[in-house]
Amino acid sequence: MGDSAYSFSLTTFSPSGKLVQIEYALNAVASGSTSLGVKAKNGVVIATEKKLPTCLIDETSMQKVVMLTENIAVVYSGMGPDFRVLCRKGRKAAQQYFRVYREIIPVSMLTRELAAVMQEFTQRGGVRPFGISLLLAGFDHNGPQLYQIDPSGSYFAWKASAIGKHMVNAKTFLEKRYNDELELEDAVHTALLTLKEGFEGAMDHTNIEVGIVSADKKFKVLTPAEIKDYLGEVE
Amino acid sequence: MQYNGAAVIAMAGKDCIAIASDRRYGLRNQTIGCEMQKTFQINDTTFVGLTGLMSDAQTLEQKFRFRTNMYRLREERDMSPRVFSNMVSSLLYEKRFGPYFCEPVIAGLENGKPYLCGMDLLGAQVYTDDFILAGDCTEAMYGLCESMYRPDLEPDELFELVSQCLLSGVDRDCLAGWGCTVHVLTPQGVTTRHLKGRMD
Repeated sequence: MGDSAYSFSLTTFSPSGKLVQIEYALNAVASGSTSLGVKAKNGVVIATEKKLPTCLIDETSMQKVVMLTENIAVVYSGMGPDFRVLCRKGRKAAQQYFRVYREIIPVSMLTRELAAVMQEFTQRGGVRPFGISLLLAGFDHNGPQLYQIDPSGSYFAWKASAIGKHMVNAKTFLEKRYNDELELEDAVHTALLTLKEGFEGAMDHTNIEVGIVSADKKFKVLTPAEIKDYLGEVE
Repeated sequence: MQYNGAAVIAMAGKDCIAIASDRRYGLRNQTIGCEMQKTFQINDTTFVGLTGLMSDAQTLEQKFRFRTNMYRLREERDMSPRVFSNMVSSLLYEKRFGPYFCEPVIAGLENGKPYLCGMDLLGAQVYTDDFILAGDCTEAMYGLCESMYRPDLEPDELFELVSQCLLSGVDRDCLAGWGCTVHVLTPQGVTTRHLKGRMD
């Protein structure tokens, strides 16, 4: 790939010092479905809309909240296929770390690995930046953590954050709702309420996806039945 | 493994460990030096002893230092002894078909409790909770350690035991000896002593 006539980087500086390709990538994220994450005292929640273009698609075949290691999970807003690439690279980085140290990778390290991949795709020749932002939730020796990684390769640790279509409204909503004493159960409620706020149409257990990492350092995706119960509680 | 000669013992006591090595540096039966360092402090809780070909031992020690320093800068924490020994193991196995001729012994305090681990030159780990030996007079040292070792020794008793086992062990060996270095690691800190043995 690197040898072709078009192997120079497409991401080039504009005269004003901006990398417009990255701004376009952020636009791709901003038009993707909303995802959000909330950190609690004893865990982290990540949740996302699962918008399908037609009701003919089997919604159980789609998974947007994905496990990278047993204690780290990730969700995205933006282009699905790009996510699969990052997901595979993330899992591989985690296992490479485990192979050397026989210890699960810290959340901050995995975030850094993924951010490094995303940065590389803004500078290398023959590639384009990723059209996605990630929310990475995990629990390790440093406690619960929530990271956001952008197409530019920059990353931030959040108490609560949102990405995608309704991120601005969702963030203001989270700002009002968030406090440091939040328990995991409350965090799930907050996440669902925030998601509902910007949801177009009726939100139910089939068109959203929720994952939690709890204090036992285990990640799990909530089943539609469990989501239904939580939705019942926030009504 | 018998070109330079070496002897290392690591032992566990009550919330402390001791690691000792001889000080001889030789080329077969000719002694070149008698203040060779064969045990190395990796961080506040981890020691490693290296026996075998000393040139490889020194290269390995430099590689350990590089990797632990990078780890500390990246993760803003020190490697625990367990993580360190896993790292050493994978480092050795990477050279599976052209190995470093070294048998490391790793001793440290994992969450305040003794951690001992030995390895062959390909990185196959063994874990014990009493003592671990390496070098070319292990037969002699095993006899001493097996008959003298008691669990839960205090730091000063452990120092005495390790020193006696090593000094008596190397008396039966032409390739190791010329005094020894003993480190005793407790949660409070490290004490290092250089002992003179039979200097001949």
